[in-house]
Amino acid sequence: MRNAFMDELINAARVRDDIALIIGDLGYSVIEPFADEFPDRFFNAGIAEQNMMGMAAGMASEGMQVFTYSIGNFPTWRCAEQIRNDVDYHNLAVTNVVVGGGVAYGSLGYSHHAIQDYALMRSLPNMAIASPGDPVEVRAVFNYIIKNKRPYYLRLGKSGEESHNSSSIRIDEGKWNLIKKGSHDNIIISTGTMLTNALNSKEAKENEYSVYSMPLWSQKTAKLQLSQLVTIKKLITYENHLSSGGFGSYFSEIISNNNLDIEQNSRCLSSKIISLSASEEKLHQLLNT
Amino acid sequence: MRVLSESLAKNIRKTSLQMVSKAGASHIGSALSIADILAVLYSDIMEFDPANQSYKDRDRLILSKGHACVSLYAALHHVGMIPNEEILTYGQDFSNLMSHISHKAKGVEFSTGSLGHGLPFGLGKAMAAKVNGEKWRTFIIAGDGEMQEGSNWEALMFAAHHNVKNLTLIIDANNLQSLTTVDKTLAIEPLQQKIEAFGWECSDIDGHNHKQIREALSKLTPKPNCIIARTTKGKGVSYMENQVAWHYKCPTPEELKIALTEIENA
Repeated sequence: MRNAFMDELINAARVRDDIALIIGDLGYSVIEPFADEFPDRFFNAGIAEQNMMGMAAGMASEGMQVFTYSIGNFPTWRCAEQIRNDVDYHNLAVTNVVVGGGVAYGSLGYSHHAIQDYALMRSLPNMAIASPGDPVEVRAVFNYIIKNKRPYYLRLGKSGEESHNSSSIRIDEGKWNLIKKGSHDNIIISTGTMLTNALNSKEAKENEYSVYSMPLWSQKTAKLQLSQLVTIKKLITYENHLSSGGFGSYFSEIISNNNLDIEQNSRCLSSKIISLSASEEKLHQLLNT
Repeated sequence: MRVLSESLAKNIRKTSLQMVSKAGASHIGSALSIADILAVLYSDIMEFDPANQSYKDRDRLILSKGHACVSLYAALHHVGMIPNEEILTYGQDFSNLMSHISHKAKGVEFSTGSLGHGLPFGLGKAMAAKVNGEKWRTFIIAGDGEMQEGSNWEALMFAAHHNVKNLTLIIDANNLQSLTTVDKTLAIEPLQQKIEAFGWECSDIDGHNHKQIREALSKLTPKPNCIIARTTKGKGVSYMENQVAWHYKCPTPEELKIALTEIENA
């Protein structure tokens, strides 16, 4: 996923000189091609996320489209106020790119688990969350981001993610991307790298449920969900995030606020994983169902 | 036509007092502290065009100590950026002129209010100018107490490392913060030596002396430039000067009258 992102970023920077990359001293073996090709538009902010985010906002306020790059938990909670006040409030074209969404860095422990980040980003009115399910979706959401300048939180896995989309696709904000056709009334919607888990679920394997990925969502797209949910009877959501303020919670708010008659099951990370250190796969086995 | 800085400073002080008094607002001490700095910036230093407020080559000013906003609103009013009818809305419900500096107001680049945001953001602007080969300058006004925020020191390091010399940080050093002096709260001195040690050029001046402010701001330095402007909180109004209480209090009509007379006769 991160390599797909970097390929796309380099391609875009070749044709647009307003694109810059600021890293938070992370990205070894990923960012070097950009740094080598665009040394005037590449900056390592060092281990200083507050300045990285404030500076990215300042550059974006002069018309640039700025991408920051770090590991999930650092450029989110550490500089939450810079994201809220500088980037989101001023509606600036900063894309906060993170790797290690969810528990991709499982064995590194709680400091490296990005499991409350959707809750933070989802509360910001101008922010869109881009959480692609595979490398094909990374390229598709990047294509959207580059054409629609505003604040984004682009949450990637670590590496080696499977591809579930067969060819290049187009992604629109808030739209579901069909991955596997099953029942018309019963659906699974996954966001981020939980797409593999969603496809491996009993409901998906037995074709009881259709499986969709939703790689681009925000407060602004909540209304769009109403029209997409209109025929749905049963909904299962998948996310590698805690329940509070997450993706399942996004849908349960829409369902309850609009009195929709939908039975929802939210599959998300359990708070049991806090303080546990294990592989991503092992931690996912503790998923709340 | 540009106005003389001395005359502009007087008008900034008077309008700030009138705005705060009418609105029942606070932070007048902080606003009076930076009136001379703003007056010199808008009279003698900054490039701007009231008829074309977003023109590309203008200089950028970020007020990081956003609570001193009335002073900047007043300055922008007296140089023809904010019309009188908008100034009169200060303190009213849904006014664009919030009680912390707001980018919804004409001529304001960036909203602040939480401290420690202006320098990183202004640094980003200066970086953009550098990347794009543009000549305009970025000025940031921060408070001395505000320098306790770690984000400022992150930005100081970065600016020096990349030699962002189109960037000027002005520290309004009135040595007062929320409860007492900066020295007693969390000492930041020796500030000049610290900033120089971070790789900046740094001067220490009288922040109410227009000649000194003008010279310090006119200087083109080989490194990013910091000016520590030694100021008096509440400057120009005898009963407000150096009084923490005027971070919070709003002058009564009688107090306003005395303040305006003192400023007029100064």
